[in-house]
Amino acid sequence: MQQENVQLRMERNEDSFLQGVKDCVPTLLGYLSIGFAAGVVGHTSGLSVLEVTLMSVLIYAGSAQFIIAGMVAAQGSIAAIIFTVFIVNLRHLLLSAAVSPYFRHLTAFKTMIIGSLLTDETFGVAINKAANTRALSESWMNGLNVTAYLNWILATMAGAFLGQWITNPEKFGLDFALSAMFIGLLVLQMIGRKKLARDLVVILCAVGIVVGVGMVTSGSVAVIIATVSAATIGVLIERWK
Amino acid sequence: MEIRWEIFAVILGASIVTFLPRVLPLMVLSRLQIPDWAMRWLSYIPVAVMAALLGNELLMTDGKLTSLKDNIELFAALPTFLVAIFTRSLLGTIVVGVVSVMLLRAFL
Repeated sequence: MQQENVQLRMERNEDSFLQGVKDCVPTLLGYLSIGFAAGVVGHTSGLSVLEVTLMSVLIYAGSAQFIIAGMVAAQGSIAAIIFTVFIVNLRHLLLSAAVSPYFRHLTAFKTMIIGSLLTDETFGVAINKAANTRALSESWMNGLNVTAYLNWILATMAGAFLGQWITNPEKFGLDFALSAMFIGLLVLQMIGRKKLARDLVVILCAVGIVVGVGMVTSGSVAVIIATVSAATIGVLIERWK
Repeated sequence: MEIRWEIFAVILGASIVTFLPRVLPLMVLSRLQIPDWAMRWLSYIPVAVMAALLGNELLMTDGKLTSLKDNIELFAALPTFLVAIFTRSLLGTIVVGVVSVMLLRAFL
């Protein structure tokens, strides 16, 4: 009886809001540097600190914010900017679909809250945690999401504010933080699932397709096409065996 | 220090088109029993999307292959991968990646 209680408590700790906050910590530096870079770029393209902050609060998507800054600087039309952001963020459909099985136990409203703060990075952390379970805890996910969200808002604000003194964030390698984070998440994901050979084939296909398709369309459309095709190839290989 | 009307319109529109794809699959699919083949397909999405994003970031510049000798990021990816594989630490991976790029840019 007592042992059961202890076990229950341990499970609760593992699923708590605070644990979600802790599990977010490894990604904070990455978010911080990308957010900072996004803030600096926003500033250099003529956005005010308040506009950069509002963008982080309402949009909360690094790639979209870089694109908006670039297109505002190039004086793109409102419709064109919004459509480009839509295409770039379509990949969230896949991320959202992939985590959906782990939140069956929640109401539609609660899954909406979780989805609204889903990013490449929190997705990566969550899907690693989900590798050995059937469900993810709501408090844990909110802890992860909210920490990442606040960190992002603060980082972009700081970037926009300090942007007046930093002319080249590239010098410090900050622009590579995003790629490095993807590398870490990819490797952790593969170690977690032990389907090494099939995963390597999927990776080669994804890279090959993104390069091939990227030569004829935009990079973000290529990412979507490559993701969908490579995942399909993965399933087909599984069938054949 | 203000918010211009056009910028506000862009931000609002962009926030809606970002919100919907994030939220709809979670709200709809978590209500349904997803068939086995679809689950297996979804299980390949994380690896596929990370690889596609990386391929796009590391190999492509403006719709063309980045030339190999200028591609500092691709060289920096090597120690970054090694650290990820041997330490399994996300933070360590990012630090090594950022520092590698910084050093390569400083010395090459």
